[in-house]
Parts: sequence; C-alpha cells; structure tokens
Amino acid sequence: MSHHIVEVKDLHYTYPDNTVALNGVSFRITHGEAAAIIGANGAGKSTLLLHLNGFLAPTTGQVRVGDFPLTKETLPEVRRTVGMVFQDPDDQLFMPTVYDDVAFGPLNLGLSSEEVAVRVMESLTRVGAEHLRDKPPYRLSGGEKKRVAIATVLAMSPSILVMDEPTAGLDPFARRQLILLLREFKHTRIFTSHDLDMVLELCSRVIVMHNGTVRADGPPAEIFRDDALLAACHLERPFSMQGCVACGGSGANRQK
Amino acid sequence: MTSIEGALLDFKRLDRLATGDTGIHRLDPRSKVLVTLVFIVSVVSFGKYELSAMIPFFIFPVVMVALGNLPAVYIAKKIALLCPFALVVGMFNPVFDRQVILHLGPLAISGGWISFASIGIRAVLTVGIALILVGVTGFSAVCRALEQMGMPQVFVVQLLFLYRYIFVLTEEGARTARARELRSFGKKGMELKSFGSLVGHLLLRTWERAERVYRAMLCRGFNGVFHVSRSFRFGLRELLFTIGWSSLFILFRLVNLPQILGTIITELLR
Repeated sequence: MSHHIVEVKDLHYTYPDNTVALNGVSFRITHGEAAAIIGANGAGKSTLLLHLNGFLAPTTGQVRVGDFPLTKETLPEVRRTVGMVFQDPDDQLFMPTVYDDVAFGPLNLGLSSEEVAVRVMESLTRVGAEHLRDKPPYRLSGGEKKRVAIATVLAMSPSILVMDEPTAGLDPFARRQLILLLREFKHTRIFTSHDLDMVLELCSRVIVMHNGTVRADGPPAEIFRDDALLAACHLERPFSMQGCVACGGSGANRQK
Repeated sequence: MTSIEGALLDFKRLDRLATGDTGIHRLDPRSKVLVTLVFIVSVVSFGKYELSAMIPFFIFPVVMVALGNLPAVYIAKKIALLCPFALVVGMFNPVFDRQVILHLGPLAISGGWISFASIGIRAVLTVGIALILVGVTGFSAVCRALEQMGMPQVFVVQLLFLYRYIFVLTEEGARTARARELRSFGKKGMELKSFGSLVGHLLLRTWERAERVYRAMLCRGFNGVFHVSRSFRFGLRELLFTIGWSSLFILFRLVNLPQILGTIITELLR
C-alpha cells in the first residue's frame, strides 16, 4: 500500500521576502504511522504542511506522496490522497449547512448524489456528528466544528490525514473525545501540535523541527526524555512526564 | 460595539426563523422569490406622488407573517433599523418640491412631503418583504432558488460566501474594536487615525482568511464549479401561490383600489 507513504527529500523553501522557512528537511512517513511534527513557533511546521498538499512549491527538494512525486500533473490525485484538516475550522467550513459542506468534496470528485449522500452520512456518523447535518456552521460549538471539519475530509476517503493543531482551542472534554476519535483511524496521520500530551498519547513517532531543519526524529518516549534537545528547541516535556505538579519536586504534599 | 454584536445575534435569529415548519416554509423557495420579486417591482414602479395605491400591498407582509408564524414585533424592529437610510434619501424632497398638490381641509401639503412619505412606505414594504422572505426561506435557500432561476453561479457563490463569513468577520471586527476601546481612555486612541489602521488590519486578515478558505476548497477538489446536491419540487401549491399573489399585485398596481373604494363610499353617502 505504497500510496500511504509521505516522503520529503531535502526540502528547502524561502519565502518571497527572503525568510528561509525550510532548510533541508527530509523524512519518510510510512503506512499507518502516526507522526507528530513539533517545534517552536516559527520553526517551519506550517510551511512544511503547505508543501504536503502542493500549496507551496519547494525552492529545491522533492515531496513524494504515495508513488507520485508532487508535480502539477499529480496535484489533483495528491490532494485526494492527502486530507488536510486546518487549524481554524471556520476556514474549512464554508458551505451553508454541515451537509453541504461534507458533500462539497465528494461532489467535486464527480460522484452521483446517492453515493454522495451515503458518504456524507458515513463520515458524519464516523465523527459522531450526524445530528448536526442541517445546521449552518456558524451555529456549531468549537468541538462540533472540529468534528465536522474532520468529516469533510473523511468524505473524500483520503489515505493520509494531515492535521494542523487538531486540539487547539478545544475544551478538555472535546479534546479527549477528539483524541479517542483520532486513535481509531487507520490512516497514515501527520499532526503538528503544541499539545505534547496529545502527541505522547497518539503518535508513534515525533519529528522535532527547529529553524527550518529536522533536529530529531524518533519515538516520543525517547525524544521527550532528552531535556537538552527540548530546551534547545524551545520545547519542554509533556505535562504527564513532568512528575506530579501537586507534590512538586520537593515531594511535599501541598494538597490539603 | 456591543450594539453591533447585538445586531448580529439578532440577525442570526432571522436565520433561525427559517427552520420553522409551516405551509409557507415548506413552499419551494423559487415561488417565494418570484412572488417577492413581483411584489417589489410593483411597489417600486409606482409614481413618486403615489400613496393610497400602495396601501393594499400591506396585506402580503401581514399574511406572510401570520402564516409563517414570524414574530411581528421583531420584524418591525428590523425594518425600523433600516428605515433611516430611506429617510435620508427622501430628506430633501420637502425642501425642494414645494408645489402644493393636496389639500386636507385647511392643511396644504406640498409634493415634497408626499413623495417623502411615498419613499417611506416603499422602504417599509420592500425591506419588510425582503426580511420576511429570508425569515420564511433562509438565505441559502433564496440563493439556491436564484441560481435555479438562472442567476449566474458566480454571483450566487459570492452571496453565499458573504453570508457565511459576515458572522466571522463581524465577530473579528467586534473583538478588534473592543481591544481598542479597552486601551483607549476617553478620546485618546479613538481618533480616525487609529481607526484607519484597524480597518486596514481587518482587511489584511480577511485577505489571509480568504486564502485559507480557498486552500481548503482546493484540498477538496474544487475546480471552479459549485455542485448543488439538492433540488426542490415546484408543484401545484407553488404554482397557485405564485400566480395568485402575482396577479393580485399586478391588480393592485394597475387599479387604485382605495380610491375606488373611497369613491364608492362617497357616492353612497351622497
């Protein structure tokens, strides 16, 4: 199932104003892997994501999705394979109702309206949002919007899911629900996030970016124990690995 | 700024009304849009001194509000909110047009005042019916109806996007304005200069959002055509609704019923 592979080879990208955003990024994410791309603000995560879907063309280097190198000709195919969930669901939900929004992708793929209806309901049920089908997007809560945004992408049946900050702005309950949902997916998953606890729970692999380069790449347990690396990249251990907050370092029980 | 947010919330209420389930709501949007168009054209096409002939037209909004189960007070408030614009349009008529054309007993009324009142009535009728149309149909259904009736898709899509993002944009604008208010004390910080850069920033942010939205569309295979998955049924009910009301409006437009009624009554009294 080679179409589930994302490979980036020596990617360089410089913005028109000469800001170097990516400076030789390489990695290969294989079928079914859940990988997190973490790093400080401005490390190049978002720029990297924009490359995975062909919104930015690399200055030098190559992106391969599945069997195709990403070129103008393969762009439609690649965009179908890679489902991208944006950080702000308001950017992603632009149709008058939830149903129309989820149907937008499948209709563009040229499916018949019966097939589209089946896909829409499948995707909405998958994320537990079937009751929202007739609501307009601006009347959804943050958590609901996120779910529907994921459904819009699932309706295209992508092999690879790319998510920018999936848990940003969600309340603890909605965040927990989302993590449980994402864990069930069998797709190749790529996340960017500052929510390192989510990364620890969901991902089998962590790619640490710093100043446009890949600084480290390995299993989360290993990366998150390397305090020197984390400090150098303006990161810190996930809260669940920082020891007990209530008793603190001294071990004294501050809780009454 | 709370007033803008308040108005926005109120506007959302109008949209929520469209989820009602009355006979009027269930009608095919096209028939409602058509009837509304005939209504507006009939009202607007009256001569500038016409007053009495427009009165019968009030029956349509009243019937729609009653059958559509809309809150009349709320609709009236919305109309009142928009009326100042119409009044500004007609404001100078009484000043420039002083020719007396009507005598009410000892009171001489100039053409300016009559045309001013005429503009006011037109505004109430047309704005009211537009609000009612959205209230019983929903904005997106109105857009879809317009598309099915042959309006170019580009315009329809523009309207839909406008409606979708007006809420997002107003909320963003309100947040920015609140931030400015919180850091300005008295008059300081509220000048035109800072307002200019505020609006500029809002524009740039909107621009960036537009790019992200477009990316989201490309992600899902957008290639320039908007596919619509649903269609409505234009049946006998719709046909009767459209033809019935339209012919009534045309009758009202061609025959001045209040005048005829008045003449009959005066004849009888004589």
